[in-house]
Amino acid sequence: MKSSAIAAISTAQGEGGIGVIRISGDDAIQIADKVFKCAGNKKLSDLEGYRASFGYVEKDGEKIDEAVALVFKAPHSYTGEDVVEISCHGGLFITKKVLRTVLEAGATPAQAGEFTKRAFLNEKIDLAEAESVMDIIKAKSESAARAALVTKDGALSKKINEIKDDLINKAAHLSAWADYPEEDIPEVTEESLQISLNNAEKKLTYLLSTYDIGQTVKEGIDTVIAGRPNVGKSTLMNLLTGSEKSIVTEIPGTTRDIIEETVALGNVILRLSDTAGIRETDNTVEKIGVERAKKRLLNCGLVLAVFDSSSPLNNDDKELIETIENVPAVAVINKSDLQRNIDCDYIESKIKHTVYISASNGEGLKNLIDVIEEIAGTSSFNPSEGILSNERQRDAVNSALNSVKEAKEALNYGMTFDAVTVSLEDAISSLLELTGEKASDEIVDKVFHNFCVGK
Amino acid sequence: MIEYNAGKYDVAVIGAGHAGIEAALASARLGCNTAIFTINMDAVGNCPCNPSIGGTAKGHLVREVDALGGEMGKTADECFLQMRMLNRGKGPAVHSLRAQIDRRKYADTMKKKLELQDNLHLRQAEIVDIIQSENGWTLKTRMNALYKVKAVIIATGTYLGGRIFVGEVSYESGPDGIFPATFLGEKLKELGLPVRRFKTGTPARVLRRSIDFSQLEVQKGDEPPVPFSYDTEDLGENKVDCHISWTNEKTKEIILENIHRSPLYGGKIEGVGPRYCPSLEDKIVRFKDKPRHQLFIEPCGLDTEEMYLQGMSSSLPEEVQLKFYRTIKGLENAVIMRPAYAIEYDCIDPLALNATLEFKDFPNLYGAGQFNGSSGYEEAAAQGLIAGINAALKVKGKEPLILDRASSYIGTLIDDLVTKGANEPYRMMTSRSEYRLILRQDNADIRLTPIGHEIGLITEDRWNRFLEKQKLKKQEYNRVMKTVIAPTEQVNKILKDNGTSEITTGTRLIELLKRPQLNYECLKEADTDRPSLDPNIFEQVEIEIKYEGYINKQLKQVEQMRKLENKKLPPDTDYKSIMGLRLEAREKLDKIKPVSIGQASRISGVSPADVSVLLIWLARNK
Repeated sequence: MKSSAIAAISTAQGEGGIGVIRISGDDAIQIADKVFKCAGNKKLSDLEGYRASFGYVEKDGEKIDEAVALVFKAPHSYTGEDVVEISCHGGLFITKKVLRTVLEAGATPAQAGEFTKRAFLNEKIDLAEAESVMDIIKAKSESAARAALVTKDGALSKKINEIKDDLINKAAHLSAWADYPEEDIPEVTEESLQISLNNAEKKLTYLLSTYDIGQTVKEGIDTVIAGRPNVGKSTLMNLLTGSEKSIVTEIPGTTRDIIEETVALGNVILRLSDTAGIRETDNTVEKIGVERAKKRLLNCGLVLAVFDSSSPLNNDDKELIETIENVPAVAVINKSDLQRNIDCDYIESKIKHTVYISASNGEGLKNLIDVIEEIAGTSSFNPSEGILSNERQRDAVNSALNSVKEAKEALNYGMTFDAVTVSLEDAISSLLELTGEKASDEIVDKVFHNFCVGK
Repeated sequence: MIEYNAGKYDVAVIGAGHAGIEAALASARLGCNTAIFTINMDAVGNCPCNPSIGGTAKGHLVREVDALGGEMGKTADECFLQMRMLNRGKGPAVHSLRAQIDRRKYADTMKKKLELQDNLHLRQAEIVDIIQSENGWTLKTRMNALYKVKAVIIATGTYLGGRIFVGEVSYESGPDGIFPATFLGEKLKELGLPVRRFKTGTPARVLRRSIDFSQLEVQKGDEPPVPFSYDTEDLGENKVDCHISWTNEKTKEIILENIHRSPLYGGKIEGVGPRYCPSLEDKIVRFKDKPRHQLFIEPCGLDTEEMYLQGMSSSLPEEVQLKFYRTIKGLENAVIMRPAYAIEYDCIDPLALNATLEFKDFPNLYGAGQFNGSSGYEEAAAQGLIAGINAALKVKGKEPLILDRASSYIGTLIDDLVTKGANEPYRMMTSRSEYRLILRQDNADIRLTPIGHEIGLITEDRWNRFLEKQKLKKQEYNRVMKTVIAPTEQVNKILKDNGTSEITTGTRLIELLKRPQLNYECLKEADTDRPSLDPNIFEQVEIEIKYEGYINKQLKQVEQMRKLENKKLPPDTDYKSIMGLRLEAREKLDKIKPVSIGQASRISGVSPADVSVLLIWLARNK
């Protein structure tokens, strides 16, 4: 029996140095091959089972992260199917991005307990284990039901329903028009369909774009404060954590010997951490530390690069500027209350956002917050607006969007409306899946509600 | 009361309407000794409502019945007055054939076919009781005759407990004034069947001479007319026209003034009526803003002056009917020959049935047609055929026939009935099928004739013709793939005239046919080596080329669906004991007892998480 590939993050989210994305199913290896490029130009499908390959995850020709892929061949895997596990650099954003790439390559998001379910179906685990999975599924579905209840009247549902209702009305109209050719049902015009499809496309695209912002809002931005010693990193940290009495947690970094603090600034949550300074060194041990710090800068969500405005840029400052040139960063020029000796033009030419503050007296903090919100995209974000909050929702909206695009294509190509309807109904059923309703009856009900038909 | 033993049969069919006829013919043709009982010998194959067969989605059903070896399509062809392919231009998925038929001729033709069928006895008798016995069932007639049978198919239509309503007047009756079956309903309730009341209705029949056709729009048939049956070779000409008229403000006024006299609005009818076949008063009340409603004036036959007013069904008093009919253009002097009426009848909750149409709790007892909660001649015929086939297969100890949703509209219809139930009389619509682009009326033979042949309802002669057609179709497809059309002036003129871009190099015919603007017909002059073939072959090849992407997409969905359909759930599953199912799912599953995970997933109230639980449970009990 064929089983299509499912994928999910299989490490606890938001913790640990490594994030593992597990893909399981008949086409797991082919899907992994689409996103994972082995360093030696080999393909994962050429590997034997129980083999690992170093390489990187790629999307549209762009490197997302370096990673290690482990290949398990059926039946010698956890689920008993072909399995690929991609281990990447732990951060939540990277891990989720890798997962998303895998989903876009053809895997579907795994349901609660689905790996275990497959493991059981393939006789890899025994009854007792399976029973406990059923409990999990039950618990999950209950909490999912609760969540569904919450979102039923929520902003997201409202938004989805708005899009869905319009599409259902169109589908019902098309269906009444096709099923009752002898009633005087107004003709479905290409223009009206076009308008509905365009609207749906616009709204779905927007909804998808809110996903990242939503994640940012929910999970916070992985933010690193960087800079050579004594530029005022700790003062800034204190300023940020002290400026709002909303410190959420304090967790010792498990792998990086750094202190993390979570702080809410305006519309955005920052998960702050301090790094070792970046500087040139011959000391082997220190070199490793510096390399690690650099990597960390490249993988985080936001860098606050602190400079001392009272002293000129040195090589370490320049090294930092070079390193973060292409990552979201703010140059925080500290000690603005002192005499300015720093080359601001150089910094501004390399780093898009520059803010002058005095960490000791808090001057310029408001500016910094505004800039951070701007970078995070949360400045225009309205939390009462509906946002997508998980991969399943994102996947459903994405497939609805694809179906809407297909319907548009069919329409533009001049296909008959029955072909357009097929894609239209696919879009509706994706959206109904999102809201937990069932498809076909909705349209039939709508036909009778909206149209006067009969013999 | 002296009872007597009147005989033994393998299969008995109660009711000789559209469901009963197909059931009896199929059973007899499969070699079962079969009896079919009708309450009145003159009511066999009656069309008590519209004098037409087919229509949207219903036309698909007729083609499918024919492809499996049923009779409806052939008889409709033999008795047709006018043929129209509906929805031309809206796409091949929704093309539907409809025939106006001569209703007396249709009934007589069907009756004669029953009379001439080997292994079949047509009898006039009201069945008043059915008694379960060790080896099947015993039927008792009003005349106290007892028939011992192995399997029974109930196809009582609107006769079972029938009650007619016309305004304040109501009386026990079957359709068209034929007496109803008054005893069997109670016995079925006693037996434990979930019996309930549905209602339907029909418009008045009006004297042709009293209608002024000069002011009305004419609706003509297709030229040339296309037959339903793959067996019909020479259909002949269209014989009649239909006419179109409209209601107006005055009509509305009269109806609203008298609405309290409608038994439906007066609360006298308890049965649930269909939304898609509402009475005119229903339409006017529900769609207040609509200024007018369309009606079709259709002849009931060549030998009668009765005209059917499609769209004008009503249960208002006769005098009100006359008043409002006469507000309509062309009907100013209309003379009503038969008044419109509503009819209420007993039927069952189809959730009590398996997809074989056998009752879950009563072995060898089958239901078909309106008795199962459907509406329409075609829906009835489709179920009759399946019930007849399955009763015969059961008697012969063979595996039953279950058509899935991806195979046919018949499969969709039955799956909907037995999985979702029917809260109102169920009518087939193209929008009920999620696989519309593959379940087309043009390819019913490809989908179902092999099945009909395997069962034994397709003659060798027809089978050979089918195979020959498939061979020719394949050859034609290959020819279209290989044929290169040169970019001549003549060809480019055709392309330009049809609103598509010209070609500069030799282009394969298949590429041209993929363009939505082009078709076989308009490329005739360009395609010089085209063989002379059955037009249906060209139709199929063109659709398969043009809609290839969509068809493939649907085929993929079918594959997904069939995977779940193949995971069978045992009939004795105790859903109450399955850990992890939600309460609602448990109750629904327990009631419906789905045969597969696929069916379970279509039950409303069964969530994806419940389906996961079932999958695990199923694997554990393997």
